[in-house]
Amino acid sequence: MNVRLSTPRRLATIAIALAVAVPSLTACGDDEPGSSGDPNAATTLTWWHNGAQDPAKGVWQSIADQYHAEHPNVSFKVEPAQNEALKTKISVALQSPTPPSIFQQWGGGALATQVESGKLLDITDATSSWISELGAGAKGWQVEGKQYGVPFGLHVVGFWYRTDLFEQAGITSPPKTMEELNAAVTKLKAKGIAPIALGGKDKWPDAFWWSYFAIRECALDTVKNTVKNLKMDDPCWVKAGEDLKAFLDTKPFQEAFLGTPAQQGAGSSAGLVANGKAAMELQGDWELPTMIPLTEDKEYAKKLSWFEFPSVPGGKGTPGTALGGGDGYSCAVKAGAACADFLKYIASVPVQQKLVQSNTISLPANPGAISAIQDPTLKTVQEYLNKAPYIQVYFDQALPTSVGQALNDAIADFFAGKGSPQGIVDAFNKAVANK
Amino acid sequence: MGTVAAATAPAKQAGRESSRPARRPGRLGTRLELALLLSPALVLFVGFVLLPIAVAVYYSFYKWTGFSPRTPYGLGNYQRVLEDEVFRSALLHNLIIAVLSVVIQLPLSIALALLLNRKIRGRAVLRLVVFAPYVLSEAITAVVWLLMLQPGGLVDQMFNAAGLGGLIQHWLADGDLVLYTLFVVITWKYIGFGVILLLAGLQSIPAELREAASTDGASAWATTRHIVLPLLGPTIRIWIFLSVIGSLQLFDLVWIMTLGGPASASATMATYLLDHGFSRYEFGFGSAVAVVLFVVCFIFALLYQRFALRRDLQGALTGTKR
Repeated sequence: MNVRLSTPRRLATIAIALAVAVPSLTACGDDEPGSSGDPNAATTLTWWHNGAQDPAKGVWQSIADQYHAEHPNVSFKVEPAQNEALKTKISVALQSPTPPSIFQQWGGGALATQVESGKLLDITDATSSWISELGAGAKGWQVEGKQYGVPFGLHVVGFWYRTDLFEQAGITSPPKTMEELNAAVTKLKAKGIAPIALGGKDKWPDAFWWSYFAIRECALDTVKNTVKNLKMDDPCWVKAGEDLKAFLDTKPFQEAFLGTPAQQGAGSSAGLVANGKAAMELQGDWELPTMIPLTEDKEYAKKLSWFEFPSVPGGKGTPGTALGGGDGYSCAVKAGAACADFLKYIASVPVQQKLVQSNTISLPANPGAISAIQDPTLKTVQEYLNKAPYIQVYFDQALPTSVGQALNDAIADFFAGKGSPQGIVDAFNKAVANK
Repeated sequence: MGTVAAATAPAKQAGRESSRPARRPGRLGTRLELALLLSPALVLFVGFVLLPIAVAVYYSFYKWTGFSPRTPYGLGNYQRVLEDEVFRSALLHNLIIAVLSVVIQLPLSIALALLLNRKIRGRAVLRLVVFAPYVLSEAITAVVWLLMLQPGGLVDQMFNAAGLGGLIQHWLADGDLVLYTLFVVITWKYIGFGVILLLAGLQSIPAELREAASTDGASAWATTRHIVLPLLGPTIRIWIFLSVIGSLQLFDLVWIMTLGGPASASATMATYLLDHGFSRYEFGFGSAVAVVLFVVCFIFALLYQRFALRRDLQGALTGTKR
C-alpha cells in the first residue's frame, strides 16, 4: 500500500501484470476434443435432467448404469438439477462450446428456439426405424419435420379432486360443464371448504386456466394457426379471457392464492389438496408423485380422483381437446450416435415400464408400457389422453420462449386484477413484434 | 469490507505517509515483484468484472435469443427497457426500498447500537441476537419467512394470539402490501449488520470526550446529539452507501419469496433482468437491462463518493493531494 509509483512506472507495472495475466485468461478456452464417428469408440455422456430427488434421481442413475453394463464403451456423468435451475443452466450451456451431451427437452416452440443454436443433434435418421412406436406424441419433439428429441413421458392437464370433500359438499358426480363446475364451487363454499387450489405465485398454473378456456372457445384450426403463424386475431382469444374473468368473479380459489407456490411445501396448491384443505386443482398428471413429500397422509392417493376440463357453452373448440405436453431428451451434436441409441433405450418398453412402476413418470411415452400403470386414477387420465382428438402443448412451451413467457406474465397479471381479456392478446402480439 | 475498514479508521494516514521517505520503486526487480503480486487480482478483475461488463454492453446492442445469430438492434433494447412500465415500476421498487432503508433502518440501527453500547445485563447475548439474522444466507432467510408468512402461518397465529386477528393481511399475495412485507424481512436480516458497524464506530469514540462533556454538564441527549452522532458520521455515511447499493441490487430474497409477483408488484431491476434475460431467452434485451442496472449503481456510487464520502475516504480510494 505504501509503494507509490510515478505514472510511467505505474504503466510499466500494469503492462507487466497484464503480460503475466492475459495468457492465463486465454488459455481456458476452446480446445475441445472432436467427436469421432466410430460408434464403438469410448465416450462419456454428460446427462442433465430434472430428477433431482428420489425416486427419479436413483432410477435415472440405474438406467445409466444398466446401459453402461450393456455398452461398456459408453459411460455417463449424470448431473440432476432442480427444474427451474436446470432450465436456466441449459439456456446458458447452449451458448457455450460444451453443452451437455443429453439434456431434458420439453419440445415445442422452445425446442425450435434452441435448435437455432446449431448445437442440437438431428436424430431423424437414427430414430426413423422405431420412432413410430411412440405414436403422434413424438411429433412435439420435431422442428420442421426433423426429430431433435425423444419423449419419455407424456402429460395432460385436468382436475384432480378430493372425493371425500366432494361427498361432504353433496356433489354426486364430477362437473361436466362450466355451469356444473360453478355449482360445485358454490356447494363447497357453503361447507366452508376452499373449492379450488391455485399456485398463483408460479404463474404457469394460472396459464393452464386461460389456455383451457382458449382451446374450448377457439376452433382447433384457429389454435393451430395461431401457434404456427403467431397471429392472435380471432375474437375467440378475447372470449377466453372473458370466460376466465366471469369465473374469477366467483372467487373459486383459496385465500391469498396469488402468493401460493404450486409444489413447494404443505402450503402449496398441491399440498393443500393433498392435505384436504382444498377440494380441486387444475394440474398435470404429475400431481400424485408431486404430493408424496407434501403430506403425512399415506393414503392421499385413494382420496383423489380426476375429471377433464368442463365444456364451455357456445365454444367452437373440438370437445375433448386436451392441454398437455411431455418430457423428453435432446442430444448435443457432439454427443454423436451413442446418444441417439441411448434415447432409443429409454423409449423402449422395459425401461418405460420401469419408469412408470417407480413413479418417475406417470404416463409413458411408449404406449407399450401403459399396462404398467397401477393407480386407477392415472388409468383414467391415460384413457382420456388416448382418446383426446388433439393435445395442445402448453402455450408457454408451444410458442417461442419469449412469447410464451410474455403470455404467462399477462395471464398472471390478469389473475391479480391487472389488465383485461384484450390485454392478454395484446401482450402476445407485442411479444411477437419484439421477437 | 475493505471500504468499511477504511472508513471506520480515522482518515489521518495521508499526512503521516507523506512525511515518510518514499521507497524507490525504480528497479525492474521491484516492478516485476509488483506485477507478480498484482496479476492474480488483475486476472480476476479483468476476467470477472471488466470483461463481462464489456460483453454485456456489446450484447445489449443486438437482438439475440442466446442461440440465434445476433441481429444489430442499435439502441432498440434500451428503448424497450426504458419504455417498459414493468421495468420502471421495478426501478421504483428499488428506490422505495432504498429510501425506506435510510429512513427507517438507519435510526433503528443507531438506536440499537447506542443501547447495546451501554453496560447492560446480557449485552453479549443481545448483541448476538441482533446480529444472528445477518449470518443467515438470504435463501434461508427467505424460506423461513416464507413459511412464517403463509396464510395461517406463524405470523398470523401471533396476530391472533395478541387479539389483533383483524389486522391479518395477505402479506405476500396483496400487491399493495407485498413490497413492505419484504422490507420488514430485509430489515430483520440486515439490521444486525448496521448495528455491528455502528458499534465499531462507537468504540472508536474516545471515552474522554464523553467524560469531558458530562463534566461540563451536558445532558445524555446533548452528548449523544452533539458529540457521538457527529463522530459516527463516517460510519453512517458508509452504511448508507452499502445499504443503497444493496437495495438497488436486491434479488435473492424477492426471487425466493415472491418471484417478483403478484403481477410484478414486488419486481426489482434484478428480478426483471433474470425474468427477461433467462426465462424468456432474450439475452440482448437482458444485457441492456443489466447495463441500465449497472449505470444506475455506478452513477450513485460515483456521486456519493464524490460528495458524501470525500472526506472519509481521503487517501484510501482517491489520490491524496499533497
